[in-house]
Amino acid sequence: MSLTPVQQELTIAVVKVVVFFGALLTLFSVMTWAERRLLAFMQFRLGPNRTGPIGILQPVADGIKLFFKEELIPAGAHKWIFVAAPALAVFTAFLSIAVVPYGGTVTLPRWGLLPAWLQGREITLQIADLDVGILFIFAISSLGVYGIVMAGWAANNKYTLLGGLRSSAQMFSYELALGLSWVGVILLAGSFRIQDIVAAQDGPRGLLHWNFVQQVVGFAVYLVAATAEVNRTPFDLPEAETELVAGFHTEYSSMRFALLQMAEYVNMITVAAVGASLFFGGWLSPVPFLPDSPLWFFLKLFAGLFFFIWLRGTLPRLRYDQLMAFGWKVLVPLATINILVTAAVVLFGPGLLASWRRMLG
Amino acid sequence: MTAILFYVFAALAVGSALVVVGQRNPIYSAFGLIVTLCALSAIFGLLGSPFIAVLQVVVYAGAIMVLFLFVLMLLGVGAEDRKSGRTLKTVAAVLAAALALEMGAVLVGAAPAPVASFDASTRAVAHVLFSAPYLYVFEATSILILAALVGSIVLARRDP
Repeated sequence: MSLTPVQQELTIAVVKVVVFFGALLTLFSVMTWAERRLLAFMQFRLGPNRTGPIGILQPVADGIKLFFKEELIPAGAHKWIFVAAPALAVFTAFLSIAVVPYGGTVTLPRWGLLPAWLQGREITLQIADLDVGILFIFAISSLGVYGIVMAGWAANNKYTLLGGLRSSAQMFSYELALGLSWVGVILLAGSFRIQDIVAAQDGPRGLLHWNFVQQVVGFAVYLVAATAEVNRTPFDLPEAETELVAGFHTEYSSMRFALLQMAEYVNMITVAAVGASLFFGGWLSPVPFLPDSPLWFFLKLFAGLFFFIWLRGTLPRLRYDQLMAFGWKVLVPLATINILVTAAVVLFGPGLLASWRRMLG
Repeated sequence: MTAILFYVFAALAVGSALVVVGQRNPIYSAFGLIVTLCALSAIFGLLGSPFIAVLQVVVYAGAIMVLFLFVLMLLGVGAEDRKSGRTLKTVAAVLAAALALEMGAVLVGAAPAPVASFDASTRAVAHVLFSAPYLYVFEATSILILAALVGSIVLARRDP
């Protein structure tokens, strides 16, 4: 059986998507367990440890439980939107991670088992290598708000509506800071392609070339804005249980609730992956004598995920007005100043350096 | 392949645009508009201009429509009342007929020109946008937006 070039490309793309999708689903279920377990250790508890060795089968048990629960649609709900909201949330969550690279390119070995057209073929370890990669993530994450807003509004309940409104206000306020914190990185790399941004952080001195050193302000803004963007503690106001029952997902049960939960975790994984690529050099090795490898990327990703759990175990929730004031009066100006300084350095830096060298000798 | 995708997204855009004008509930109209904007963005992408496609989603679907929805939900609007406006309907029908006639004339009269080949990469678009003729328009637009921003703050501000 011989395939045309288009069919070959499609086959590779489909395999990549299926593998990546499966890996993300696994990572999501492991995260639900790891989060409860780690939080428990931070609070001197044990956490789920009954199902399987060290409780590792807990996600399976949870999944089965959620599957068999009753699926409830409130009588006053707007049915179509109520059903569509979790689907949209999951769709946008999975779509945005498609442009994050987890490695450079690999050349497949010339094994006899592989079909002839696959032997010696170069494969990019990324689902879609877009020219506008980082902007694409921005666009899709801005669509992610709708899943939450629709869920909150469609249930026709005052608590869910308030949760939805809060989250829309919070997410588009912090989206601005998030986008601005990327601009410095984009200026340094001169490209929106994430592959180029990672490549720009490569250098002889390993991790000193990474953007969290050169863009320390941008990184700080990204860290805060990203935590707010994925509604994690200390910014989990949309689901503040002391005030809003469970926020926008109060009325959801069974698998629809699981989908909303999945969207939240996948968004967290996306944010950690983007942070690893933009500020921590993606798959680049931290020290010059070790080779670059996708393993580094996954290590950085897990470190990011652990950081989010750690934050949740450490910090109390902010008040709503504090959150808005912090976003608009601290983060946005800080990110703007960072852009101005970075732009000035990129524009005049080389010239100044050259004239300084001339002066010295 | 591209042609099939084009027709799918074009049908989606037209269908959801019909939802925007045909729905009684303003929130459904807003959702229809979001779908229209996303379908248009997909068409831009199919035409080989990913930058414009992404900007379409970021600016319109991602930012402006969220604000629309926010206001609609905060005010808690119900279904529209459509009893009034006989004269308005007549005027709208006449205008729509005129527009349809005009578009029909253009479509029938002019032979479809082939799409000129162009460089649609982000770099090329930026070079065009930030050079001589368009730069003034770009800067003027930002001043306009700043004025609107200051105006809305002045209007919304409560004196202490």
